Amino acid sequence: MFEAVLLTVITAATPLLIAAVGELVVERSGVLNLGVEGMMIMGAVVGFAVANQTGSGTLGVVAAVAAGMAMSALFGFLVLFLVANQVATGLALTILGIGFSGLIGEAFIGVPGLRIPSLYIPGLSDIPFIGPVFFQQDAIVYLGFALVAAVAYTLFRTRLGLVLRAVGDNHTSAHALGYSVLKVRFLAVLFGGACAGLAGAYMSLAYTPQWVENMTAGRGWIALALVVFSSWLPLRVVAGAYLFGAVSVLNLHAQAHEMVNIPSQLLSSLPYLATILVLVLISANRRLTLVNTPACLGKPFVPDR
Amino acid sequence: MRLELVKRKERSKTMALLSPVIAIGLTALAAAIIFAVSGHNPLVGLYKFFVEPLTQQWSLQATIAKATPLVLIGCGLAVCYLSNNWNIGAEGQFVVGALFGSALPVLFPEFESGATLPLMLIFGAVGGALWALIPAVLKNWFNTNEILTSLMLVYVASLILDYLVRGPWRDPDGYNFPESRLFSDAAIVPNVFGGTMSLSTPITIVIALILAVVLAKTLKGFEIRVMGESPRAGSFAGFSAKRLTLFAFALAGGLAGLAGTMEVSGGLNQLLPTISPGYGFTAIIVAFLGRLNPIGIIIAGFVLALSYIGGEAVQSAMGVSNKIASVIQGLLLFFVLACDTLILYRIRFVSHHAPAGEASHV
Repeated sequence: MFEAVLLTVITAATPLLIAAVGELVVERSGVLNLGVEGMMIMGAVVGFAVANQTGSGTLGVVAAVAAGMAMSALFGFLVLFLVANQVATGLALTILGIGFSGLIGEAFIGVPGLRIPSLYIPGLSDIPFIGPVFFQQDAIVYLGFALVAAVAYTLFRTRLGLVLRAVGDNHTSAHALGYSVLKVRFLAVLFGGACAGLAGAYMSLAYTPQWVENMTAGRGWIALALVVFSSWLPLRVVAGAYLFGAVSVLNLHAQAHEMVNIPSQLLSSLPYLATILVLVLISANRRLTLVNTPACLGKPFVPDR
Repeated sequence: MRLELVKRKERSKTMALLSPVIAIGLTALAAAIIFAVSGHNPLVGLYKFFVEPLTQQWSLQATIAKATPLVLIGCGLAVCYLSNNWNIGAEGQFVVGALFGSALPVLFPEFESGATLPLMLIFGAVGGALWALIPAVLKNWFNTNEILTSLMLVYVASLILDYLVRGPWRDPDGYNFPESRLFSDAAIVPNVFGGTMSLSTPITIVIALILAVVLAKTLKGFEIRVMGESPRAGSFAGFSAKRLTLFAFALAGGLAGLAGTMEVSGGLNQLLPTISPGYGFTAIIVAFLGRLNPIGIIIAGFVLALSYIGGEAVQSAMGVSNKIASVIQGLLLFFVLACDTLILYRIRFVSHHAPAGEASHV
């Protein structure tokens, strides 16, 4: 029982984790991309469609990442080179993504999906309890953890990370030092798109291997909230993602055990209510948020030549 | 050769008017490409989508009916966005407004009088405003990001609606279908102009016109614009950002709630698990396409409503999925935002060989 719960928590947390860590990099560079939901749903539909047509889950994942990046490139072009309003453009990306995914996905509604296989590590996977929980997951779960580790290392231990944070904290100084603010930001936005696409692929190829319209159901927005929750620190994203993963699977397990007194809609609304609660708790603590918030978050930069 | 943005000395008034027009043109072009890619004649597609609905009376009426909630919600959102309050949860405020408005005809079906409908409309506006005040209060008290909270409340609102129509508010004689009882005649927004138009439409236009005057001619309008463009300057003038946040959210929520009530008591005449085809989100596009100006929003609301009707038209006539409507809506917002760059910037072509950059430093 406990093992089953833990397994579902991991699968529920993984898309949140991946999308949030991507958005964290974007925000660390000083850009607020509210289009995570749109990029994620595009990743989900493109991943499903390509995997369905080619029979290859790997190709599906690659295509989903590409779709997320294409969407983010559109966003990056508008907010970085045309200096469009970041909030509005992010919203536009979400609206467009939901619309486009509905159009593409119409042919795939009710089509049986393809689940990317779980890895089997001889020896380790056979250990009772620990094996199934930690060593029988699919590759994307591990990739998610690897991403967090890589982002944490890069941000705080490498020159690249220093430049990225400099651009996000003070774009004028970074520009004066000779760094191309727009280039750094564009690359960060592309990374965020790739992560959102991957998170989407996980939704449609592993979490629930099928295409359902609007299947991301606000997870992109929850990922955005997770970045605030983590106060822009990658390792805290893991904690947040697992917390939210746990809240969102509560629903399934409560229904399975016939806790009939609680309306299912209340349980379904828990992740959203939890998001609000967590945001309130975090943002009420000004010291915590101000220390790590990228100072130039959401501010446009036009290089003077 | 490459493109470079050059800041204009002041906002271009011409471009402020032209940018939505250019954006609509580019959207039509993109729509033509989508039609062509999906194997249809792009010109026929464009005609069916954008023009034909305007040539028939029934489709024109349907377009106006769809435009009404979009305009009403869009007007409230414009006040929010002008004052730098990012309310993106109008969809939830629409739903909660509809629930408050419907409480009367659902719980007290025998209460039929001349006061029924006015009370419902007031309840609807109050309900929407209360729902919208949640993110506003959280923003003011806890510094919580209103974008995320207002959006999260959309999901919560739809789940409450779902719970009510499947549970306590389900029609007792409805064979267990997830729907409320039908509203009595006293609880239905009447039609006017010989039955061709719901009373909601003139109400909406009057509200939009009042708001246009308030924004352009009154101190409150000035406050809204100053606090959006320069909160620091506004605070020196004695304007309170927190009070304005409450005002903007309550107004936007109230209008969305009113729209929600008029939608259920004019079109559907009962509550269903889904009562909106995404009006609250489409209204965001309406607000931007309409230049955050109520008069512009009336026109923009009509354009966006056309996309719903056009989507149905191409689906029935050409077999294109009506999902194309939401793609076109999304593209339209993208193009509006891109074209808005032209209001503040000129685009200059710079050749790589000529050192054009140096001249500007002199």
